[in-house]
Amino acid sequence: MPLVLPPSVLGFYLLLAFSPQHGVGKWLHNAFDLQFVFSFQGLVLASVIYSMPFMIGPIKSALQQLPASLSQASYTLGKSERETFLRVLLPNIKPSLFTAMVLTFAHTLGEFGVVLMIGGNIPGITRVASIAVYDSVENMDYSSANTYSLILFCITFVLVIGVFIFNKTQAKSPLE
Amino acid sequence: MISINIEKKLKAYSGQQWLKVNREFTDGSIIKIYGPSGAGKTTLLKIIAGLVSPEKGIIKVDDVIWIDTSTKIDLSPQKRMAGFVFQNYALFPNMTVQEHLEYATKDAEWIDRLLSIGKLETLTTHKPEHLSGGQQQRLAILRALAIKPKLLLMDEPFSALDQQMKVVLIGELKLLFAELGLTVLIVTHNPQELDGLCNGELEIAGY
Repeated sequence: MPLVLPPSVLGFYLLLAFSPQHGVGKWLHNAFDLQFVFSFQGLVLASVIYSMPFMIGPIKSALQQLPASLSQASYTLGKSERETFLRVLLPNIKPSLFTAMVLTFAHTLGEFGVVLMIGGNIPGITRVASIAVYDSVENMDYSSANTYSLILFCITFVLVIGVFIFNKTQAKSPLE
Repeated sequence: MISINIEKKLKAYSGQQWLKVNREFTDGSIIKIYGPSGAGKTTLLKIIAGLVSPEKGIIKVDDVIWIDTSTKIDLSPQKRMAGFVFQNYALFPNMTVQEHLEYATKDAEWIDRLLSIGKLETLTTHKPEHLSGGQQQRLAILRALAIKPKLLLMDEPFSALDQQMKVVLIGELKLLFAELGLTVLIVTHNPQELDGLCNGELEIAGY
C-alpha cells in the first residue's frame, strides 16, 4: 500500500494510528512512554514504513534471480534456511542490496507528505530539509530555499553518481 | 541398503509422464543412471536428496525412512545429508575454494586431503569465476564429499572434464568411494565413460 497511496494519506493514517489519544498510540504512550506523533522517532518510523517497499522490491527481485540450486546445495550440506540466507544468498546480492539502500535513503531524504503529517514541522525536532524548502519559499526567503535545495541536490547527485559508478564497476552479478 | 520406490509426475513437451523407480541398492554400490533427456534422472536425485517431493512412494536408507508419503514422513535435506553434485555445479560465487570446503566441514585435515584429491591445493584463494570449468566441477565434487555423506548423488559430474582429467579423477574417486564405503548414484548421458567406476546401473525411461 505505501507504494500506491499518496504520502499525505499514509501520513494522515499514521497520525491517527499513533495519536496518543487513541488505540495503538495510546497503548505505546502508556506502556512504554513512546510518542510517535510530532517526534523524531515518529518521523523515522513513518519514513521506514513509507520507504520499505522501495527497499524490498529490488532485494526480492535479486533473490529471485539467484539459481535455486545455490540454496539447495547449501541445504544438502546440512545448513539451515537462516544460515543459507545469511552466508550464501545475501552475500550474492550485495550490489542490489547496496543500490536499494542508497536509493531508498535518497528517496526518504526528499520525502514531504508523510513527514509533514506525522512530524508537524517543528523546528529543531521534526523539520526536515524538504519541508524547510517549502517554508522558505512561502516566506519569500528564496536565498534559504536555494541553500536547502542545493544541499539536497548535491547529496542526491552524489548518491546517484555513486550508485552508477558502483553498478558499472562491481554490480555485475557474480553468477554471470 | 537403500530402498527406493517412488512415483513422480513430470511435465514433458508431450504432456505428462511418470517417473517410476522401484529398486534397492546395497551399501557401497556405485550405480550409473541413464536414460533419455526429460525422463527424470535429475528429478530422481533431487527426490532422494529431499529437494523435490514425489507424488507417492517411500525411500529408506539403512532402515531409516527418509520419506514415506503414506505416513507423511519427510526428512529435510539437512537431515538426509546426502552429498549432491549439481549439474550446474551450484558453487557459491562469494566463496573461495577453501571457503567452500570450510562451509561444509570444519575438519582441516579432511579439507587438505580433498584439495589434494581434486588437485586444487594451489587454487584455495580463488573464487569460482576464476576457475576453469573442470576445476569448478572438481570443487563441486569435493564440496559434496566434504560432509562425508553415506550417499553421494552426482548429476553428470564428469561432463566438463577433459579425457585425461576424467581418467585421473575417476581413478581417485573409485579409491575414495571404497575407502568411505560410499553408495553413489551417478547420472550420465554417456554410460560408457563410467564403465570402470560403476558396479551397477539403472535405466530411467519415462512412462
